[in-house]
This record gives sequence, structure tokens and C-alpha cells, in this order.
Amino acid sequence: MPNCRESTRLMSEAQERALTWGERVALRLHLLMCAGCRNFGKHLHFLRGAAQAYVPGEAVDADAAHPDSTSVTPESDAPTGH
Amino acid sequence: MTDRVTGDAAQPAGEDVRLTDPEFLVPLRHQMIKFATLQLRDPDLAEDAVQEALAGALKNQRSFGGRSALKTWVFAILKNKIADALRQRSRIVTASSLGDDEDDGETFAALFDARGHWHLSEQPTGWREPEASLRETQFWRVFEACLAGLPERQARVFMMREFVGLDADEICKALALSRTNLNVMLHRARLRLRACLENHWFAEDVR
Repeated sequence: MPNCRESTRLMSEAQERALTWGERVALRLHLLMCAGCRNFGKHLHFLRGAAQAYVPGEAVDADAAHPDSTSVTPESDAPTGH
Repeated sequence: MTDRVTGDAAQPAGEDVRLTDPEFLVPLRHQMIKFATLQLRDPDLAEDAVQEALAGALKNQRSFGGRSALKTWVFAILKNKIADALRQRSRIVTASSLGDDEDDGETFAALFDARGHWHLSEQPTGWREPEASLRETQFWRVFEACLAGLPERQARVFMMREFVGLDADEICKALALSRTNLNVMLHRARLRLRACLENHWFAEDVR
């Protein structure tokens, strides 16, 4: 069975190619037992979406144009006791 | 600049930005050149890509709700121009563009123990409502800083793959990289970016 380093490699490569049947089975087994790697998989997906939504220099612009928007407002509706 | 406002009732109040406004165009062009140069590693090619993108944008100029939407659109055009330039270029590969720019797997050593398991403190945690972060300026500032913190070539291939949208074969060809080498660089870049976002944005104690 793959370790975490190997599992994250497989998940990363799955962004570029279809994994083999053997790789998928091995990865799935590892993920059953490893919450850290399950989270990693979700984060990879998020990274891709974020990179696509990214506009270079946009955050810098916002600083210049709307200095007020830099303050992060607390999320009142966010669940607590995480 | 009030004379430039179209008076279109559908516009959100306040901001209608034209590409031809120097106040908008000059910094935008600067950011485009910067990004294109990072990707293409060739000032002339970068300049060409930006010129073509801006010319295309001007030709098809429409009304946008604000600077952010307009910028997103212009960068989408630039992405295509960069992708074209990279696909067409099967020339000069300087030694410095070959391979990873990291010493023997420092990313892996920092994150995993000798048996390849996460160090306890490095285990990815659950992120709360990550999609909501995409609407926060501060998140993008962190994202940008995390990207800038990557080793240069890792950042470049990551952005080629995820932002410009080339596939793995195209990147390998454009950079004369082996597939194994590309895979390692992307794996490391993703591990590092993820960790950086967690440490500086998503972790419970940083916000």
C-alpha cells in the first residue's frame, strides 16, 4: 500500500493523466485510512479552481483602489468549535 | 473621467472602466508583461503576446461592470496568446530552464517522515468553506504571496498547467522536460502551495 508521500504523488498525477486500475485501488485503500490525504485530495481540487480564477496583480490593485477592503470581516455564520 | 461613463442603466453604480483609460491600461499592461515574461522567459515574445492580447481586447471591446471583470477578460485573452506562443516554440531551451530548482527534495523532507507519512504538524486539515475565500481580496494576497514563495520553475510549470491551461505533453515539449521531471515539479508545487495556503489562510489561528 502507498504511504502519504506516494498517495499525494498519485493524486497530483491524476490531475494530468488517468491512473491505472492498480494505482486507483492502492490509492483508495490508503485514503480509507488517512484523513490527511483525503484533505489533500480536496485541496488539490480547490487549488485548480483557484488558479483558474486568479487574476495576476488583482489583490495589489484592490489595495490601491479600496484600502477599506483589506480588513477581513469576521464570518459570523461560520461554524465554530471546529 | 465622468465623460467616459456610458450611462448604461445596467451598469453597477460608480465604476465603468474602459481599456483605453490610461489609469487602467498602464498598470494592467505592466502586470500582463510581468506575467507573460515569467511564462515565456523571452521579453520579445512576452511583448508580442501582450500586444496581441490588448489589440484583440480593444477590437472586441465591450462594456464591463468594472475593472475586475475587464481585467479577468483581458487576462483570459492573454492566457490564450501565451499558450499559443508556448505551443509554437520548440526552440532554444536554456540550461536553466531544465529540471527542478530544488535541492534534493527539501519539500518532501519538510512534509513527510522517513517512512513517507505526514509529519504530524504537516497533516492537511479540513478547510472551512474554501470557495468563499475566492471572493476575499485578502485571500488573493495570500495566494499571490504563496505563489511567489515557490521556487521559480515550480511556480512556472504550475501556472502553465493550471492558469494558462496547457496539458502535460505540451509543457514537456515547450520546456524540454521529461514527464517524470514535470510530475515531480507539479507534485512539489502543489504540496508547497497547499501548505502555504493552509498556514497563512485556512488554519484556525491565522484569521
